[in-house]
Amino acid sequence: MSSIEERVKKIVVEQLGVKEDEVTQNASFVDDLGADSLDTVELVMALEEEFECEIPDEEAEKITTVQQAVDYIKAHVKA
Amino acid sequence: MSKRRVVITGMGILSPVGNDLTTAWNNIVGGVSGIGPITHFDTSAYSTRIAGEVRDFDPSRWIAPKDVKKMDPFIHYGVAASLDALKDSGLEVTEANAERIGVSVGAGIGGIATIERTSQILAESGPRKISPFFVPSTIINMISGNVSIMTGVKGPNIAVVTACTTAAHNIGMAARMIAYGDADVMIAGGAEYSTTGTAIGGFCSARALSTRNDEPARASRPWDKDRDGFVLSDGAGVLVLEEYEHARARGARIYAELAGFGMSGDAYHMTSPSEDGDGAARCMANALKDAGLNASDIDYINAHGTSTQAGDLAETQGMKRVFGDHAKKVLVSSTKSMTGHLLGAAGGVEAIFSVLALRDNVVPPTINLDEPGEGCDLDYVPNTARQTPLDVVLSNSFGFGGTNGTLVFRRV
Repeated sequence: MSSIEERVKKIVVEQLGVKEDEVTQNASFVDDLGADSLDTVELVMALEEEFECEIPDEEAEKITTVQQAVDYIKAHVKA
Repeated sequence: MSKRRVVITGMGILSPVGNDLTTAWNNIVGGVSGIGPITHFDTSAYSTRIAGEVRDFDPSRWIAPKDVKKMDPFIHYGVAASLDALKDSGLEVTEANAERIGVSVGAGIGGIATIERTSQILAESGPRKISPFFVPSTIINMISGNVSIMTGVKGPNIAVVTACTTAAHNIGMAARMIAYGDADVMIAGGAEYSTTGTAIGGFCSARALSTRNDEPARASRPWDKDRDGFVLSDGAGVLVLEEYEHARARGARIYAELAGFGMSGDAYHMTSPSEDGDGAARCMANALKDAGLNASDIDYINAHGTSTQAGDLAETQGMKRVFGDHAKKVLVSSTKSMTGHLLGAAGGVEAIFSVLALRDNVVPPTINLDEPGEGCDLDYVPNTARQTPLDVVLSNSFGFGGTNGTLVFRRV
């Protein structure tokens, strides 16, 4: 099974239509990957779907980079 | 103040008979039907299982792949036809002209496929699973919005919504905006993707659709005695309208002039046409008045002609009221016999066929007209196209609610 990092990266590539090598650890969804506010909401929904979890809105707002997404999943989801 | 003249300088089409002007027009002149079995969902429980689908369409040819999923297919169709029309016009959008170019492309129903799917998500998984793109992917003015975003045009940005008269009204109202001086160029027309479960089911329940499932290509048969309803179709038809001097100054190819536009309301019934074609007649008369033409000036009418019992007869009666003796001479045909009924896109693709008829001096046929029904006694150009000189062509659209629109095209 792929690692959490790989799964997050794959979702970011699919949702934002960016190239895999652009999705670096510290890449910001909005500043580096061209996402707008609606894209980031849908990205979080895709993460919830993939990892079968519910990310509260106030937590979702803090997930702005690839690394933050990975950290959140690791802290809250049983792999 | 004399009205500014409006001409057509670009056209774009997606339809069951082809996704470019040449293919679609060749099929229309050749009498080729675009109707077939519905392929994209299981229709076994439906009384109607046929439609006119758009085939071999890849939205990512026009729209960035990451944006494709943010739009219902009706928006894909409308955007693609708009961009094709703009390309066909040869007009370049610049900082200097952007504010003088607008968009007016509507739909009759809009994003019903996405509304259906999202309703299921809501029922099964709850509100948190609804996409943030649900609203902008389904609302009708998002063709105009997306075209503006993609091309940079900053003029009037609207979408008229009047059921099956949508595209005709958008084209007519856009022409008025140019005539009035709000814009020099308008991208105008309609799009539709409504061959979905709820829409087909609703039209079936209203007994509006043909159930000739075993002979799809023979199902749409305007004025024929065995007509049994219309065939629902998808697609888009968009024109680039341009102020005459503006078009001449840039050396644009001018297809035809949009010489007149008329509207009327039936004040009669939600879905049935007014008695004796009263609403249709007043609409055609208004368009002639706007164009400053007499009924006898009209050479060809691209009819609404949907293949319903009541509608085809009422339109014929309306023509007789307006045209008098000339009704027996004017050529009338329904290209819906080949395309089916594209609802909010119908007036757009039919405006295109009207303009191409003028260009080529050829009247497209009404196919499947084997024996005219009672009271249907005009020259409907049955089954074979007719070569004949054309100077003025009229195109009718009538919609649920009793909303009518007529466009008049004239050779320049």
